[in-house]
Amino acid sequence: MREQEIICTVCPQGCRIHIIGDETGVHTVTGNTCVRGDIYARSEFVRPVRTLTTTVYVENAAEPLLPVRTAKPVPKDKLEDCMAIIRKAVFRAPITAHQVLIANIAGTGVDLIASTERMEGGSV
Amino acid sequence: MRELTCDVAVIGAGPAGMAAAIAAREQGAEHVLIVERDIATGGILQQCIHPGFGLSYFNEELTGPEYADRFAARVQELGVEILFDSMVLRLSESGGLICSSPNSGMTHIKAGAVVLAMGCRERTRFNLRIPGTRPAGVYTAGSAQRLINRQNEMVGKRVVILGSGDIGMIMARRLTLEGAKVEAVVEIMSYLAGLTRNKVQCLDDFNIPLLLEHTVTRIVGERRVEGVWIAAVDEKRNPILSTEKFVACDTLLLSVGLLPENELTKAAGIKISPITNGPEVNQYMQTSSPHIFACGNVLHVNDLVDNVSVESQTAGKAAAQYAAGELSAANIIDCTAGTGVRYVCPQHIAVQSSDTSVRLYFRVRSPGGKTRIWAQRGDEVLKEKVVSRVSPGEMEHLDLNIPSTFDKSIISVQVEEVV
Repeated sequence: MREQEIICTVCPQGCRIHIIGDETGVHTVTGNTCVRGDIYARSEFVRPVRTLTTTVYVENAAEPLLPVRTAKPVPKDKLEDCMAIIRKAVFRAPITAHQVLIANIAGTGVDLIASTERMEGGSV
Repeated sequence: MRELTCDVAVIGAGPAGMAAAIAAREQGAEHVLIVERDIATGGILQQCIHPGFGLSYFNEELTGPEYADRFAARVQELGVEILFDSMVLRLSESGGLICSSPNSGMTHIKAGAVVLAMGCRERTRFNLRIPGTRPAGVYTAGSAQRLINRQNEMVGKRVVILGSGDIGMIMARRLTLEGAKVEAVVEIMSYLAGLTRNKVQCLDDFNIPLLLEHTVTRIVGERRVEGVWIAAVDEKRNPILSTEKFVACDTLLLSVGLLPENELTKAAGIKISPITNGPEVNQYMQTSSPHIFACGNVLHVNDLVDNVSVESQTAGKAAAQYAAGELSAANIIDCTAGTGVRYVCPQHIAVQSSDTSVRLYFRVRSPGGKTRIWAQRGDEVLKEKVVSRVSPGEMEHLDLNIPSTFDKSIISVQVEEVV
């Protein structure tokens, strides 16, 4: 049996949710004040996921960096692996908003996408 | 001097300025013009690459650039004109403003109404008067954010962050992901300055210690920061020197609060609230100069951009109405911060000839559990609600209906923890 106290981050209220379970699943969820909190706590308990946001290098745009994010949240324990791949990647403009830059990053099944667009050239 | 004329002039193309310009156009102002000192729209959101924006406004989670892009697309669609690379020097006596740019030189913009949306800037080590040497490696969290997220420059390898504001916590995560070691986030108060979700996702996720009721007492280093001294503080927030300990680091980030950027406002003689450091306004976001409106962080520092967008639409709409001669002068009543409340914004309400709905934003003085929030006028409770918890870092609001019969009386907002 495993017990965990989780601070809910779905909304700014920050409910403290107490969750008890084991390998077979979640047994009890208490302290949440809405159904979204219940879903969040279960996901945190089983395998926490996070949306990774960072930047990639773009060699031919006015600004050197382009903000990127994972299209969906990825497992928290994969964030380091994702960053190792992103650090080495170089891209070329033009890039459109939400264009897939790295498909299935670090075997997560989730794509890394551009958060915004980048035109070619120009100067800052 | 070049001369331009518009219905509504907006200063700043960040989230506040864009939302105000859109609302002004949608209200029917023909020529809406934004003056922006950067070369792109989005303001500070351009460097806020993290998610967490739009949860209440769009009901989905966006990054800063995505949130800004939605407004930028609408600005373009509506034909709002933007003067980039242009700095407003002052508001002119005739009702417009004077700006300058490298390409067009000095420009006088005549406007039926002006919306102030200049945002805010960060408090620095000199606002706090932290003792010690003056080495390289001391940054405000936002300038480090700009360097790392836009300019491809890393600020350091071992970092201490003073202040648990949202930008500081977000930078703790950002620095960790980029390979730096964040030794600690140090907060002088007994509670978090920023949002709880940022503590969970930015500090707890990466095992970064949060030291509450501690502060940085000295900065050490000749050319570069070599470390800082950290001490616990007593109930008066004075450092307890016997607890001082040295933490080696090469970088100190400061996330110690934001100051609304109101040089233009003050120079124009507009009344400023000593608590928010922004102009006093009524529910139309109208300042003490009737043709000048204000919204976003120039008015009061917000924790969520979603609130800024809502408030700025009010300002933009009212500015367009004023420019068209449709916003009438009215009786003004005051809104004040009562027990447990630090400030209320707007500070005034213009009572109209028919009922008007007014949203009062306010911050509590100290954190608490289940709390009753109410607005009262004399002995009469106008509106009340109970929330499960309150925090000075998280803005609260109450929606009031103000009937035409209200006279000069004062409305006060109060909070009380429910036991």
